[in-house]
Amino acid sequence: MTPLASFAAGESIGGTLIQRLDDEKLPVEGATVTVSQDGNEIGAGESGADGKWEVPVPGAGIYQVRLETSTLPDGVALTDPEKEELPSVEVKSDQAKKVIFPLGEGSVSTVSTYERIGGLFISGLKLGAIIALSAVGLSLVFGVTGLVNFAHAEMVTLGAVSAYFFHASTLGPQWPLVIAAFPAVLIGAGFGWLQETTLWRPLRIRHTGLVAMMVVSIGLSFALRNLFLIVFGGQPRAYPDYAGQASIEILGISATPKNLITIAAALLVLAGVGLFLQRSRSGTAMRAVADDADLAESSGIDVNRIILITWTLAGGLAALGGVFFAANEVVQWDMGFKLLLLIFAAVVLGGLGTAYGAMVGGFIVGVAVEMSTLIFPIELKTAIGLLVLIVMLLIRPQGLFGTRERIG
Amino acid sequence: MDWGAILVDGILATIGPLTAAYAISAIGLNLQFGYAGLLNFGHVAFMLVGAYGTAITVDLGGPLWLGVIVGILLSALLGLLLGFPTLRLRADYLAITTIAAAEAIRLIVRSSWAQPLTNGVFGIQGFADPFFNLNPFPPSKLYGIGSLVVTGRKLWVMLVGWALVALLTLLIRRIIKSPWGRVLKAIREDEDATTSLGKNVFSYKLQALMIGGAIAGIAGILLAVEQQNVTPNAYLPKITFILYVIVILGGAGTILGPIVGAVAFQFMFFTIDALMIEAQANIGWVGDLLSPAAAGQVKLVLVGVGMMVLMIFRPQGILGSREEALIDER
Repeated sequence: MTPLASFAAGESIGGTLIQRLDDEKLPVEGATVTVSQDGNEIGAGESGADGKWEVPVPGAGIYQVRLETSTLPDGVALTDPEKEELPSVEVKSDQAKKVIFPLGEGSVSTVSTYERIGGLFISGLKLGAIIALSAVGLSLVFGVTGLVNFAHAEMVTLGAVSAYFFHASTLGPQWPLVIAAFPAVLIGAGFGWLQETTLWRPLRIRHTGLVAMMVVSIGLSFALRNLFLIVFGGQPRAYPDYAGQASIEILGISATPKNLITIAAALLVLAGVGLFLQRSRSGTAMRAVADDADLAESSGIDVNRIILITWTLAGGLAALGGVFFAANEVVQWDMGFKLLLLIFAAVVLGGLGTAYGAMVGGFIVGVAVEMSTLIFPIELKTAIGLLVLIVMLLIRPQGLFGTRERIG
Repeated sequence: MDWGAILVDGILATIGPLTAAYAISAIGLNLQFGYAGLLNFGHVAFMLVGAYGTAITVDLGGPLWLGVIVGILLSALLGLLLGFPTLRLRADYLAITTIAAAEAIRLIVRSSWAQPLTNGVFGIQGFADPFFNLNPFPPSKLYGIGSLVVTGRKLWVMLVGWALVALLTLLIRRIIKSPWGRVLKAIREDEDATTSLGKNVFSYKLQALMIGGAIAGIAGILLAVEQQNVTPNAYLPKITFILYVIVILGGAGTILGPIVGAVAFQFMFFTIDALMIEAQANIGWVGDLLSPAAAGQVKLVLVGVGMMVLMIFRPQGILGSREEALIDER
């Protein structure tokens, strides 16, 4: 109940990491095991020179124990690569629970620098594609209404969770992921429409201030996020389709087909958004409203209709971003919130309110964050996103594509 | 169900050290959000920095009093770092940067990269013995009336905590009634008008962010000392949202708002939680619908909903007056 739950003495989860070769048993040192409960990490332990690790837990209950395979030394791998997470480890009162991760000989990696950089570049583009898809809607909504919608991240999660329902849930129709993505995007778009009609438009009519609206949006974000936690549960779940894809090699760089499809599909959709903004009547009107809402209104544009279209589009795009995000990683109740920092970095980099800025910013942030792991530890990825954000605000707050008057 | 026991537990939770710490942190947030109109969505980071500043200083061999000073100064420094790039820009940029920074700082603190200093996910324990050595009450003796009792150890923390609340409230009252405070309120009401009177708006905002941050640092230190423990997972984003509800509920931009808000919030939070757990266990359809863990999360959904509903329908909270609550009129 208190956020600072003190650890009761007694309960813990531990084990010994031993690599079994043909006739030898070698302790594995320096590997990290994390323990979580309902999606909240309880703690992590690192194996010592004897391979032993232990994580104290706050009490009896069911925990998820995960071996961080990236921390295993070279040449050591799980004998069953699917078993990196033990989803339900039950700890009884005062029990020091032991769990086993069977380790064997891993393929000794001989990755050249070229392959490594190439691989990171592809993952960067993939992450960038996901960020760009999710960020465009945020920027468009900001453009036409002036509101930074902090609940945007929850639309990303909504897309991923909806697709999970249609794809993998036993209660749902269990369609293939490609089919399940369509209703997920529709639900996302519908939720954008619903938000505008039931919440944001009435607030605009009441002349609610910008600061108050942002507080409302972050309240909505927090309520939705915890609602996802209740409905979906704390455990991360992967889509069964395309889960364990084998890599293919292009120009000596290995990448999974789903990475490449994510990049290609995102580029196509983003090009479609660009075409819509440039060529269609609604898209042109959207840019006009973003430029000057009063002028647009007086020249006969139905501003409320344009704002509604923008919200609907933003919801759909965010949901699509969420489906791609989850297909490449996992579905989780707070996945959108985890992406939010990078989305913000992307829109600020590109210029808040500019659709093309968000697209370009998304790809730059994605590549920069992945490439940063060449130099910095992988855990600092999000911190790199924050660094990009702050440096950009210091040197060019209007972003790459923004104009000066938006920011002041 | 035992209503008496629930009520006793509820009252104990309401007057406990956590409520005092929330009230202190809310005093800081109230200065930033209520008086200066700054949207700091990463308030919990200031608490984290204060707590870790103290724990690390002691861990490196410094005395506790020095740790407390270091913690408070570091919290103020965080305000400077986050405010400097953003406070010249629109209100959104501070909000974006602070919410991003709060998570990033927590992830840095718990990373293996920072482990030599912060001890990663394990955190740092047992750094506040000098504080408890000053305790005049025998730590395990019980104090109170009837079943409403606390240990001497807890009483000591509560006494110090609420004394700090009173002290900081008086401090805020003094600075808000000073010319400095009037400029701050003027900035919230009309930034351009204040600028045209020759006031350096940026500097005032930055000072408010730093002072509010330092006060949040004190709250973080109080909690860390009470638990003798700092871990990264104690500083989740939800604390920021809880503090917003406290500030708005009590009345943003009022002197006593944070205290009233913290007490009212903690009592409601605890009661709703107890009711949900009872309902989950005893009412059939609730039990079918929600798992015990999910029943515990309902209160957090209500925190978010409460934030929206208060901001839309009663932005002035319990104590605020309609004219003062101009946050919603802009």
